[in-house]
Amino acid sequence: MPPGKAPAGALLRSVRTVFLKDWRSELRTRYAVSALLMFVVTTIAIILFSLGSEGASSDALDGMLWVVIFFAAMSGLSRTFVMEEERGTTLTLQLAAPPAAVFFGKLLFNLVLVTGINAVTVLLYALFINGFVIRTVSIFAVTVALGSIALAAASTIIAAIIARANTRGTLYPVLSFPIMLPLLLSVIEATRKASEGAFFAEAGGEFQLLISYIVVVVVSSSMLFEYIWKD
Amino acid sequence: MSGRVRLDGRELRREFDRRTVFRDVAFSVAAGETLLVTGRNGSGKSTLVRIICGVLTPSAGSVALESGAGRAADPHMYAGLVAPYLQMFEEFSPMENLGLGAGLRGMPFDARRAAGLLERVGLSGRLHDPVRTFSSGMKQRVKYAFALLHDPPLLVLDEPTANLDEEGIALARSVMAEQRQRGILVVATNDLADVAAYERSVDLDASR
Amino acid sequence: MVLKITLGVLLTAVIVFGIGLPMSPHPQAWYELPVIPGLEEKARIIFFHVPTAWLSVIAFLTSMFYAIRYLRSRDLRNDIRSSAAAGLGLMFCILATLTGAVWAKFNWGSYWNWDPRETSIFVLLLIYGAYFSLRSAVEVQEKRATLSSAYSIIAAVTVPFFIFIMPRIMPGLHPGSKGDPEGAGPVIDFKMSPNMRVIFFASLIAFTLLFQWMFSLRVRAAEIEAHNQQRG
Repeated sequence: MPPGKAPAGALLRSVRTVFLKDWRSELRTRYAVSALLMFVVTTIAIILFSLGSEGASSDALDGMLWVVIFFAAMSGLSRTFVMEEERGTTLTLQLAAPPAAVFFGKLLFNLVLVTGINAVTVLLYALFINGFVIRTVSIFAVTVALGSIALAAASTIIAAIIARANTRGTLYPVLSFPIMLPLLLSVIEATRKASEGAFFAEAGGEFQLLISYIVVVVVSSSMLFEYIWKD
Repeated sequence: MSGRVRLDGRELRREFDRRTVFRDVAFSVAAGETLLVTGRNGSGKSTLVRIICGVLTPSAGSVALESGAGRAADPHMYAGLVAPYLQMFEEFSPMENLGLGAGLRGMPFDARRAAGLLERVGLSGRLHDPVRTFSSGMKQRVKYAFALLHDPPLLVLDEPTANLDEEGIALARSVMAEQRQRGILVVATNDLADVAAYERSVDLDASR
Repeated sequence: MVLKITLGVLLTAVIVFGIGLPMSPHPQAWYELPVIPGLEEKARIIFFHVPTAWLSVIAFLTSMFYAIRYLRSRDLRNDIRSSAAAGLGLMFCILATLTGAVWAKFNWGSYWNWDPRETSIFVLLLIYGAYFSLRSAVEVQEKRATLSSAYSIIAAVTVPFFIFIMPRIMPGLHPGSKGDPEGAGPVIDFKMSPNMRVIFFASLIAFTLLFQWMFSLRVRAAEIEAHNQQRG
C-alpha cells in the first residue's frame, strides 16, 4: 500500500464507517436510545404533574418544550465521544481515521439521534400537554427540523471537548448553554409564532438565524476539531 | 514503493505539564531496518510511539515518513500499531474490527483477505464472536491482524510479546521478520529478547 | 512609569468631572452637562457602565486572539495571555452587569428585565463562567490550554449572533434598541453635547489603558510563576 494522500472518496467512506460503527453499536446495546426515551417520558410526566389542573400559558408551554429538548440533548449527545474514552478506543480512532471523518461521522450520528428523539418528544408533548397548540404547522415543522440540526452541530463539538477533558457530565450543559442560547431563543420565538398562527414568512428572521448559525458552527467546529482531537 | 521508505525523526521533544519527558531524540531508519526504543517505565516510550504513529504532536522537532514519492501525509494510511494500550472495538467481532479498520482508513474491505489474516494470527475459530469475550492473548492477536490489514510500510510494536503464549510469541517473531522485508519496523520494549536484530536504537533514559 | 501616571490622571479626571460637573437644561458654560430627557442625573453612569461593558467584550476578543495563537503555536505563553485576558474580562463583565442592574433599577424600575443587551451581558458572564469551569476541570496544562482555547473560539463565534442579531429581532429597553422612541442609533449618537462626549471618550480611553496595564501585570506574574514551576 503506497504511502500517500488518501483521495476524497476515501474520506466519505471513513465518515460512513464512523457513523455506522456508532449506529451498529447503538443497535446492539440500545443504551442511548432507551435512556433518552425514558428521560423524555419522565420529564414530560413531571411537567404534567407540576402543572396540575391549572395549566400554563401558551407562551410558557412553547418554551418548556425546548427546555425538555435541550436537557434530553444534554443527556444523550455526549455519549458518542465519551463512550470512546470510556472504552479506550479513542486512540484506535485517532490512529485509523482522519480527524475530519471522526467529526463528521459523529456529527451525523448525533443528528440522527437528536432528530429521532425530538420527533418523539414533540409527539408526546403534543399528545399529553393540554394547552399546547400549533396553528401554523409548517413553521413548527421547519423549526423542529432546523433546531435539531443546530442542536446536533453545537452539541457535538462541546461533547468532543468534555470527552477529552475526562470530566463528569455536569460540565456538558454548563458549556453548551451559552453556545446554544441564540438557537434556543430563535426556536422558542418561532414556536410561539407557530402557536399564534402567524404566516410562514413571519418566521423568516428566525429561520435565517438558524441556518446561518448552523453554517457558522459546523464550519468552525470542523476546523477546531482537529486541534481538540489530536493532543 | 515500500522498499524506499525512510523514517526520520529530528530533535524531538515532548513536554507534559511543563515537565520534559524527553528531548533531542533523533533517528533515521530505512526500509528493511528496525528501530529499537528502550527506556524505563515512564521514560516516555509510549509517548514516542504515539508521536511516530502521528497521533501525538511533538512539543518540538518533527517526524516524517519519506517515500520515493515525497513526504507521506497521512499516518493513518502508512502506520500500523500494536500496543497494550490500543483497544479494539470490543463489542464487535474480529472480522467486523478488520472491516472497521479498512473502512475508517477509507479503504475497500477485502473480506477474504481479512479472513486469511485472522487465520494466520490463529483466530480462525472465533471469527464472529465479540472481542470482549476473548482472553488477553487472543485480543493481542486481533491487534496484530488489525495493524497488518492495510500492509503498513511502518509497523510499530510496543511490547510485542505482551500477553502471548509460546505460539503467540512465534507469531510475533514471524510478523517482525516479514516487516523487515516489507518496510520499517519500530519496536519499543525493555525485553531485548523480543527483538531478533536491530540497526538503529533510541534510549529514552539517556534523553531526559 | 509615564503611562501609569497618565492613566492615573486621566481616570481621576474622568471620575471627578463625570460625577462632579453640574447638569442644567440649557448648558451655557463649558463645565455644564446637558440634561438628557428620561435620564437626567442617572446619565452619569454612562461614563462608567458603558466602558466596563466595552472592556468585557475587548477582553473576550483578546482572549480569543491568544487562543487562536496558542492552537497554532502550542506555545503556553499564548495560553497565559488568553487566560489573563479572560480573567479581566470576567471582572469587568461582573462590573458591567452590576452597574447595569443599578441603572436599570433607577431608570426602569427593576434590576433585571431580560432586555436583549442585558441578556447579552448575562450570556457573556455565562461564557466566562463556563470557560473557567472547564479550565479548573483539566489538570494537565497543555490539554487545559487546548480545550479552553477551543471553547473560547467556539463561544466567540456564537456571540455575534447575540450582539448584532438579537436586539434587532426583539424589542428592548436600552437606548438604541429597536422600539426605542428616542432614536435608533447606538448610545453615543444621541443627545450628547461636546463636553459630555469628551468625558465619555476620555473614560473609554482611560478604561482601555487600565485594561492594558492590568493585563500586562497579570501576564508578567503568571509567567514568573510558570518559570518557577518549571525549575522546581
